[in-house]
Amino acid sequence: MGETTLATAQQARRDPLTIDGVELGSRLIMGTGGAPSLDGLGAALVASGTELTTVAMRRYSPAESGSLFELLAERNIRVLPNTAGCFTARDAVLTAELAREALETDWVKLEVIADEHTLLPDALELVDATEQLVGRGFKVFAYTNDDPVLALRLENLGATAVMPLGAPIGTGLGILNPHNIELIVSRASVPVVLDAGIGTASDAALAMELGCDAVLLATAVTRAQDPVLMGEAFRHAVLAGRLARQAGRIPRREHALASSAMEGRAEFL
Amino acid sequence: MNIRLNGAQHAVADGATVSALVGGITGRALGTDGRATDGRKLGVAVARNAEVVPRSQWHATALAEGDDVELVTAVQGG
Repeated sequence: MGETTLATAQQARRDPLTIDGVELGSRLIMGTGGAPSLDGLGAALVASGTELTTVAMRRYSPAESGSLFELLAERNIRVLPNTAGCFTARDAVLTAELAREALETDWVKLEVIADEHTLLPDALELVDATEQLVGRGFKVFAYTNDDPVLALRLENLGATAVMPLGAPIGTGLGILNPHNIELIVSRASVPVVLDAGIGTASDAALAMELGCDAVLLATAVTRAQDPVLMGEAFRHAVLAGRLARQAGRIPRREHALASSAMEGRAEFL
Repeated sequence: MNIRLNGAQHAVADGATVSALVGGITGRALGTDGRATDGRKLGVAVARNAEVVPRSQWHATALAEGDDVELVTAVQGG
């Protein structure tokens, strides 16, 4: 039993996520937003074990440029540029083109947001941008609503991964509609990455238990009281959730079920 | 002549290329392929009048009076 348990655990650690032919040893994708300092961010990223991390594209400022890109490169963390802050397909496509030029990757986390209040994806612009970017040779990681119909549409348009939200960006409300996430997973043939809304480690474990292939989060780590400790917590949570999913949970029951046999009890007269 | 760089007025020499602009702003020496000659990655991209200028074209692309240039890089986010 001991050997089997150990072997299973080791097997899980050799359970890479393969996207676009690239093997990622960690199923935790990190964002970099919200960290007060680059030093602290670097330590939290290392503690999380992530091998893929998002960045935003913004105007170059001589005072502060270059260091984030170098920080990730030094730690062998692959970069996933996003289109955060884009409200239209046009802006998202142009931002993706700039990211491809600047960072020399055709991977892009496509975010097309409807408004600043909800930060929810605009489904129509998202579909339009996905179609355009796939046509231009991008590998599109589509940040989407927790809508099983839309998720399948994005996959059929050629998205490399679909990334349904657990809850609105930055809320830490966890996974508001686990049923929809499960439904998205059950119908998808591309990787499903739970993105946004994660508050704490158990939310990430739940995402993996629901069958997601990976989890993407930023705020939950970068704005935690101790980001390094929280990064480590998420590393374990994603691994635990993945193992639990593979192990197969017991069915839920209405009534109690004894785990000790009734036969052979001592009888006290 | 004057262009707009990242939303602000910016003076450049008449006939300056995108390469000269990027090299000047980043303080890095650039080859004709648009890469830094120190071998380290530059990590920036340029849009001119809302169209991306590939780094391979920076050297051959002359700026014109009133051009609107965006010079972007990766920052924390997402």
